[in-house]
Amino acid sequence: MAQIELSGIERVFKLGDSEVHALHELSVSIERGEYVAVMGPSGSGKSTLLNLLGLLDRPNAGTYHLEGRDVTTLSPDEQAEVRRTRIGFVFQSFHLVPRLTAAENIALPLMLAGIAPAERHARVAQALKDFGLETRASHRPDELSGGQRQRVAIARATIMRPAVILADEPTGNLDRSTGQDVTHLLEELNASGVTLIVVTHDPVMGGRARRRLLMEDGRLLQDVREPAPA
Amino acid sequence: MTPADTLRFATRAATGYPLRTALMVLAMSIGVAAVVVLTALGDGARRYVVNEFSALGSNLVIVLPGRTATGGLGLGNIITSTPRDLTVRDAEALLRAPLVTRMAPLSVGNSEIAWGGRLREAMVVGTSGDYVDIRAFRMAEGSFLPREDLGRASAVAVLGTKLRAEIFGNEPAIGRIVRVGDRRLRVIGVLDKTGQGLGMNTDELVFVPVATAQAMFNTNNLFRIIVEARSREAIGPAKQQLEDIMRLRREGELDVTLITQDAVLGTFDRILGALTMAVAGIAAISLAVAGILVMNVMLVAVTQRTAEIGLLKALGATGRNIRLAFLTEAALLSLAGALAGFALGHLGAWALRLAFPVLPAWPPDWAVFAGIGTALATGILFGVMPARRAARLDPVQALSRR
Ligand SMILES: Nc1ncnc2c1ncn2[C@@H]1O[C@H](COP(=O)(O)OP(=O)(O)OP(=O)(O)O)[C@@H](O)[C@H]1O
Ligand SMILES: [Mg+2]
Repeated sequence: MAQIELSGIERVFKLGDSEVHALHELSVSIERGEYVAVMGPSGSGKSTLLNLLGLLDRPNAGTYHLEGRDVTTLSPDEQAEVRRTRIGFVFQSFHLVPRLTAAENIALPLMLAGIAPAERHARVAQALKDFGLETRASHRPDELSGGQRQRVAIARATIMRPAVILADEPTGNLDRSTGQDVTHLLEELNASGVTLIVVTHDPVMGGRARRRLLMEDGRLLQDVREPAPA
Repeated sequence: MTPADTLRFATRAATGYPLRTALMVLAMSIGVAAVVVLTALGDGARRYVVNEFSALGSNLVIVLPGRTATGGLGLGNIITSTPRDLTVRDAEALLRAPLVTRMAPLSVGNSEIAWGGRLREAMVVGTSGDYVDIRAFRMAEGSFLPREDLGRASAVAVLGTKLRAEIFGNEPAIGRIVRVGDRRLRVIGVLDKTGQGLGMNTDELVFVPVATAQAMFNTNNLFRIIVEARSREAIGPAKQQLEDIMRLRREGELDVTLITQDAVLGTFDRILGALTMAVAGIAAISLAVAGILVMNVMLVAVTQRTAEIGLLKALGATGRNIRLAFLTEAALLSLAGALAGFALGHLGAWALRLAFPVLPAWPPDWAVFAGIGTALATGILFGVMPARRAARLDPVQALSRR
């Protein structure tokens, strides 16, 4: 069984009398370690799909198996646990807690998981080093550049060593070259075995992915796989 | 999430918005300080009155002429119609009650005292030798009035310590002849400092035998009779015996009022106790208002930090984690407010004691605990709703907010 298996997913938003089918009859499976770009026009349901994959949202119909387990039927606390241990999020607008330092932001998932301060310290220090943020450890987000902020966010997303990283337009708020740095960072993580699913409007970034899901009106229009580069 | 981490996280959140936190703590502390200061004032007044009465001595029954319907201290006890005089013979008769140990008649009038060219207005109290024991006074010099037949008008006087100082200065007083009104009396004793008692400052009084006073003021009646019962428990039965004796002497009609110290004290104690409670209640309302403020501030905090809550959920926080974090923050704010208010209140009570040295303005323990407890309880209670709202936020919508 694939790491991620979606079948017959429906997601309907009710706005007054009208219904919006954000996702419709969506079935897709993703293997461990894949690098997937989700692309498509605005409003096509990319973010909705990512939120479902990240267990932040529930489908109205269909099943979602993550690592062989049907996760749509889990209790909210069990879902929180899955998010905490198996999934890392990276957002377009970084979502750092403004009053906490870079190190404290990175430590948040460890704190939520109840990991002892000593181990937390060691892991955060290592992460700061890995992402070239040693000198920024005690800086608050408003003292960091956009690229640095997204690096803090990626460090935070990976500190729990998740199986899947979900990134919703991670380079959307960055200039071209910092965007490329962030893309490389994510690809390095993918190279180490983590499944990477990126929503992007950037054809260059999309082109780098080995698999592209093209969406339109909540449907999967195209599922393009490229042979692994020789 | 460990409790220590929850506490640290909530502390960072509280200190992350210093102005908001300062205002909250201020509101809460004013409420607690109000409870502490107002109860200190009320309880101080209660203790002041109780002390004043206790200074009278214990186990006392006071007999005064005239009859009022109710016991205790009503206006009627002070302004009484006097059908028949209370006499020295009545006083002697009261001593026959088995449960009575001592008795002192009191006859009071204003006069002047003079010695060696010095002249001073003074209140003269005619009484018996037992008065000094009933009131538990100590002698500074000499002895108190002799224990003799109440009809004897011996020409002797005992002075209060302040009066003695004013008349004699540093010169010896014992054995000197002073003029009191139209009489010449020999000073046989000086009382030790006694302090205030029921508005009469004993240190400024002249004590003379009751017959001497009555002759001086040309009267037969007594101001009151003070009777001492055998014990505290005997006060009730003794009062009954006294009433029986008086009835016998007045052809079955009781035209005197007997006040027990307990009744007077009890009345004052109740009135001032109730006052303290009422005042504490009013102050507690300000605490409730502070609690509502906590709720509003926390609701605003939830709205302000919507994106943060969404993020925490994305990172795997459970609803319980978030609820606890916000609840802890509310509790911290009210705890800080309560402690600040406690300090502020004690400062206020101290200022009160400085301004009114006679008033023992210490806040009672129950009020301090109740004040801090109410602050914490309201803070947490009113923190529950915002915390639950935070925990219930839909993470997707929360995250889409910047
Ligand atoms: N909470 C919601 N309530 C109602 N409609 C919603 C909600 N969230 C999303 N939608 C609708 O669902 C559809 C898909 O939205 P989604 O955010 O997934 O699009 P997207 O592909 O991420 O677009 P973009 O590229 O602009 O981010 C849209 O038509 C959107 O209006
Ligand atoms: Mg989107």
